[in-house]
Amino acid sequence: MISSQFDAVIPILCVALAGLVVLLAEAFRGRDEKMPIGGLGIIGLVGAGAASVLLWNRQAESFGVVTADNFALFVNLVLVAVGILTVIFSSQTVERDGLPAGEYYAILLFTIVGMMLMAQANDLLLIFLALETMSIGVYVLTGIRRNQPAGTEAAFKYFLLGAFASAFFLYGIAFLYGVTRSTHLDAISSAIAAQSMSGNPMILLGVGLLIVGFAFKVAAVPFHMWSPDVYEGAPAVVTGFMSTGVKAAAVAAFVRVFLKGLDPMVADWAPVLALIAAATMILGTVVGVAQTSLKRMLAYSSIAHAGYMLTAIVAANGDGADTGKAAILFYLAAYSVTNLGAFGVIALLGTRERANDDLRDYAGLWHTHPALATLMTFFLLSLGGFPPTAGFIAKWYVFGAAVGSGYYGLAIIGVLSSVVSVFFYLRIVVMMYMTDRDARPVPAQISRMAMAGLVLSLIGVLYLGVLPSAVIDFAQASISTIF
Amino acid sequence: MPIGHYLVLSGLLFCIGAAGVFLRRNLITMLLSVEIMLNAVNLTFVAFGRQLGSVDGQIITFFVMTVAAAEAAVGLALVIALFRSRESLNPEAFTSLKW
Repeated sequence: MISSQFDAVIPILCVALAGLVVLLAEAFRGRDEKMPIGGLGIIGLVGAGAASVLLWNRQAESFGVVTADNFALFVNLVLVAVGILTVIFSSQTVERDGLPAGEYYAILLFTIVGMMLMAQANDLLLIFLALETMSIGVYVLTGIRRNQPAGTEAAFKYFLLGAFASAFFLYGIAFLYGVTRSTHLDAISSAIAAQSMSGNPMILLGVGLLIVGFAFKVAAVPFHMWSPDVYEGAPAVVTGFMSTGVKAAAVAAFVRVFLKGLDPMVADWAPVLALIAAATMILGTVVGVAQTSLKRMLAYSSIAHAGYMLTAIVAANGDGADTGKAAILFYLAAYSVTNLGAFGVIALLGTRERANDDLRDYAGLWHTHPALATLMTFFLLSLGGFPPTAGFIAKWYVFGAAVGSGYYGLAIIGVLSSVVSVFFYLRIVVMMYMTDRDARPVPAQISRMAMAGLVLSLIGVLYLGVLPSAVIDFAQASISTIF
Repeated sequence: MPIGHYLVLSGLLFCIGAAGVFLRRNLITMLLSVEIMLNAVNLTFVAFGRQLGSVDGQIITFFVMTVAAAEAAVGLALVIALFRSRESLNPEAFTSLKW
C-alpha cells in the first residue's frame, strides 16, 4: 500500500463518498423509480470497515490531527457494524413512514462520518467539529418525520440542549487552549505535565466544562434529562442508532481526551467521574423501573449503561488499568449490538398509525410473532447481563476492572443496579410469553432483510457472550498501542 | 488591556446566554441565547490567541462561526416545523412529550 498523508482518513472518506453518491442517486432518481439507496450506504460502510482492517497496526496519521491507531480502528469497526445494522433496519421504516430515502440515508452516513472522525481525532478542535457533524445530523434524523409533532418536538429539544452542551464543551476547549497554548492532545498532555498545572483554576474550569459536554453526549446524570424524551419522540430505528453510535463515538473521544490529553491530571478528574458514574447507574436503574413505555424504559437503561461505561473509564487508571481500558472497548461492542437489536425489534413492530412501543403492546408477542419474541428475549437478557450473552461478559470485565483498581464502591453499586435492572428487563420477557394475546394491530409482514439483521445482532450477542476471548484480545491489543 | 477584562466580559456573555436558554419563553430567543454563548466562546478564543501571540485562536473562531451557522440553519428549520404544528413559539405549548 502506498503511504500518504491521506491514509488515516480513508475509512472516513469511504463513508463520506457513499453519502455523496446517495445524494446524487436521489437527485437523478426518476419520480417513482425504485432504487436500493440503502445498499449504496452498506457498500461505503463495508469499504470503511475493510480500510480499517487494512490500516490495523500501521499507526497511520493524517495532517497531524487524525490518527488511525488501533483504538480508533476498533471503534471504527463497531461504528461500521452499527451503521450496517441501522441501514438494514431502516428500509422497513423508511418505506412505512414514507420518509425521504435519499436524505435519510445521506444524513445517516454523514453522521457516521462525524462519529468516525470523533474516534480518530487527536485534536480538541477537530473533536468539536466531529461532534457537531455528528450531532447536527442526529438532530435532523430525530425530527425526520416532519408531520409528527412528537418527533419535531423531540428534535428541537435535543437540538437546544445539544447546542447548549456544545457551547460548554467549546468553552472548556478555550480555557485549555489559553493555558496550554494548543488544542492538540499530545501538546496539552506534555504542557500540563511539564508545568505541573493541575492546580491552575483556569485549567480545572476547562476540564470541568469538557466533562459537562461529554456527560451530555453520553447521557450521564445530571445531564441526562433530554434522553428519555428524545428517545421516545424519534423513530425507533434512529433511537437505536443514536443510543449506540453516538454513545460509542462520544465514549471513544472521552477516553482519548481524558486518558491521553488530560492523563497528568487524573487525580483531579477521576473522583468527579466516579461520582457521575455512580449517580448515573443508580438513577438510570431506579427511574427505569417506573416506566410504562418500552422506549423510555430502554432510554433509562441506556443511561445506566452509560454509567457502566464511565465506571470502566474511571477504572482505566490504577492497578486494573489494562483490563479497564480493554473493558471500555468490549463494552462498547457488546452494548452496541445488543441495543441495536432491541430497538430493531421495536422498529419492526411499529405500524404507520401507532408506534407500538408501550409495554402493554408486548403482551402475548410470543403468540403472534414467536421469532421476534425470542430475539427480543435474548437482547433483553443481554442488556440485563445474563450469561451466556455479551452483556454478562462486558459487565464482568467492567466490574472486575473496577475492583482491580480499588473502586469497590463503584463495583458494588454497579452490581446492585444490574440486579435491579434485571427486574424491568424480565418484566417484558414475562409479558411477552405469559400474558394473553392482545388484539392490538401489529404488522403482519416482517421484512426478510430486517429479520436477517436481527439474526446478525443475535449472532453478535451470543458470539461476544460465549467466545469473548478473541474480541477481548483484540480490544487489549488495540488499546495497548496508544496509552 | 490585560486579558482579565476580556475573560470577564466573555464569562458574563456566556452566563447571559445560558440564563437566556432557561428563562426566556420563546423558541427563537432561546436559539439566539445559544448563539450568544458561542460568541462568548469566540471572544475567549480571540483574547487568548492575542495574549499567546498566535493566530490559532482567530482561526478556531472561523470554524466555530461555521458550526454556529449550520446549527442555526437546523434550529430555524425545526422552529418552522414546530410552528406549523402548533401555531405558537411558546415552549409550554409543546406537550407531546414530558418536557
